[in-house]
Amino acid sequence: MSAGGGLWRDALRRLAGNRAALASAAVLALMCTAAAVGPLLLDYRQEQIDWDHMAVAPLAVEGHWFGTDRLGRDLLVRTLHGLRVSMSIALLATLVSLVLGVSWGAVAGYLRGRTDALMMRVVDVLYALPQVFFVIILTVVLGRSPATLLAAISAFGWLTMARIVRGQALALREREFVDAAIVGGAGSARIVARHIVPNLLGPVIVFATLTVPQVILVESFLSFLGIGIQEPLASLGNLIADGAAEMETAPWMLAVPAGCLVLLVFCFNFLGDSLRDALDPRDH
Amino acid sequence: MYHTSGFAEAASFFVPGYAAVVSMLGYVARRILGAIPTLAVIVTLAFLMTRLAPGGPFDEEQALPPEIRANLESAYGLDQPMTVQFGRYVGGLLHGDFGPSFKFRDFTVSELIASGLPVSLIIGAAAVALALLLGIPAGIWAALAQDRLADRAVMTLAVVGISVPVFVVAPFLALVFGIYLHWLPVAGWAPGRPSDLVLPVVTLALPVVAYLARLTRGSMLEVLRAPWIRAARARGLPRYRVLLWHALPGALLPVVSYLGPTAAAVLTGSLVVETIFGLPGMGRHLVQGALNRDYTLVMGMVIVYATLMIALNLIADLVYAWLDPRIRQERRR
Repeated sequence: MSAGGGLWRDALRRLAGNRAALASAAVLALMCTAAAVGPLLLDYRQEQIDWDHMAVAPLAVEGHWFGTDRLGRDLLVRTLHGLRVSMSIALLATLVSLVLGVSWGAVAGYLRGRTDALMMRVVDVLYALPQVFFVIILTVVLGRSPATLLAAISAFGWLTMARIVRGQALALREREFVDAAIVGGAGSARIVARHIVPNLLGPVIVFATLTVPQVILVESFLSFLGIGIQEPLASLGNLIADGAAEMETAPWMLAVPAGCLVLLVFCFNFLGDSLRDALDPRDH
Repeated sequence: MYHTSGFAEAASFFVPGYAAVVSMLGYVARRILGAIPTLAVIVTLAFLMTRLAPGGPFDEEQALPPEIRANLESAYGLDQPMTVQFGRYVGGLLHGDFGPSFKFRDFTVSELIASGLPVSLIIGAAAVALALLLGIPAGIWAALAQDRLADRAVMTLAVVGISVPVFVVAPFLALVFGIYLHWLPVAGWAPGRPSDLVLPVVTLALPVVAYLARLTRGSMLEVLRAPWIRAARARGLPRYRVLLWHALPGALLPVVSYLGPTAAAVLTGSLVVETIFGLPGMGRHLVQGALNRDYTLVMGMVIVYATLMIALNLIADLVYAWLDPRIRQERRR
C-alpha cells in the first residue's frame, strides 16, 4: 500500500509542476461550478422569455451578459443549462463505462482461459460495430430522451475500458502479491476486488478523463443533428445548432456555446494527457 | 551509385517480391473472410434493434384507424413472423434491395442510397486526399523544425484542430467565407459546380489534417534518430534524399495505420457536413431518416456506412500489411 501511496504522491507532484494542466483543471472546476450553481444565481430562468430584448448582443443590455436568442431567452443561462446537461450525461456515461468496463475486464483478465476468450469475443464483436451509427439506431428506436442517449452512449463506452483493464489484469495476476493473497486463502472475487482493481486505477483514471470529452462530443454531435437532447432542454449541441441557424444575424448565439464546448473538450483532453504523463513518466 | 541504392531501397520497400505476393494473398483472403461475420452481426443487430423495440414506425402520427394500420403493416410485411421478416430482409440485401422507405413513400431505400452514395464518396475522398496533402508535409516540416517556432505553431494549430469538432468548424467556416467574405456559397449543390464542395471538403479534412500532422511529426522524429538515417547522412547523401527516400517511408507506417480511423471520422463527419451545407448525400438521408423515425431508411444507411467503414479499414490494413511483412506473418489475432 505504501508503494501505491508513493506512486500517487509522485504523480500529484508531477501534475502540480505542470502549470498548463493545473490551469485546465481550474477551468474545468470553474465550469462545473458555474453549471451547477450558476443558473440559480442569475436573474433569468432557462425558458423565460424577455419580450423586450430579443436577439440582443452580449453586453448590450444590463443582465443579459452573453445576449439573448431569437425568443429572448438569456443565452448565458441556457448555455449553463446546456453545460449541465452535457456534463451530466458525459459524467454518468463515463461512470457506467467505468464500472462495466473495469469489472468486465478485471474478471476476464483474472480468470483467463475460456471465460476470458468468450468475454473478450463479445467485446471484439461490439468493437467492430460503427458505434456512432448504432447509437443513432438506438435513439431512433427508443425515442430521444436524455436517458436513452445516456444508455446508448454507455452501451459502447465500456469496450475500450474493458480491453485496457483486461490487459492490466493479465499482467497483475502474475505478481507476487496475488500469490500471497491466494496463499492467504482469499477467493477469486476478493482478489479481483481488493488486489487487482486497486492496482489498475492509474490507467483507468487516465482513460476515464479522456472518455468524458469523447462522450461530450458524441452527445453534442447527436444533439446538433437534432437526434439527441430536444428543445426546450438545452444542450451544448442543440444550442450550437440554433446558433448555426441564426449566425448570419446573431453570431454570438453560435460563438457562446461553441466556445464553451471547445474549451471544455480541450481542457479535458489536456488534463487527461497530463495525467497520463504524470502517472507514467517513462515516456518523457 | 549511392544515389541509385537509395532509390532501390525505397523501391524494394514499395514493390514486394514473389514470396511477399503469395503471403499477401493468404492474408487478403483471411481478412476478407474475417470481415463477413462482422457484417452479419451488424445486419442482425440492426434488424433486431429496430424490430424488437417497443413502438413501431407508424406510432408517431396521430393514432391510425386499426384497419389502416393493419393494411400498412401487411403492405410492409410487418405482420409476418420475425424470422420470415428477417429472411426477407437479408434476401433483399443480397440482391441490393434495402426495402421501401417508410416515410419517403415514393422512394425505395436503395434509390436513396444510389442517389446519396456518390455525393458522400466524392466529398469523403476529396477530404482524405486534401488531408494527406496538407497533413503529412505539415508534420514533416514540424519535425524538421523541432521545438522551433514553426514546430510550435503547427502543433498548436493541430491541437486546436483536434479539439474543435466538425459541427463547430462547419458553421464557423460558412460564416466567415460564405457570409462575411462572400467567397464561397454557404450551402447548396449543383452538379458541376465545384465551389459548392470547397467548404464541406475543407471542414471534413481539417481534423484529419491536424491528426496526421501530429502523427507524422512524431514518427518522423523517431525515424530521424534511427541509425540508418545517420548512416545515410554519413554517406554524404543530400538532405532531401535522406528525408524522402530513407526516412519518409518508415515514418509513414503509423499514418497508414491511421487510415482506418480516418475513414470512420470522415464518414461520421459527413453527417454533419451534408446537413449543414445541404448536400444530398447519404449522411443527410440518414439524419432525415433518424428524425422521421424511418426504420428501414436508417437501417439501410447504417448498413451501408458500416460496410464502407469495414471495407476501408480492410483496405488500410491490407496496405499496412503490404508495407510491413511482419503483419502478414502473424497467423491469427
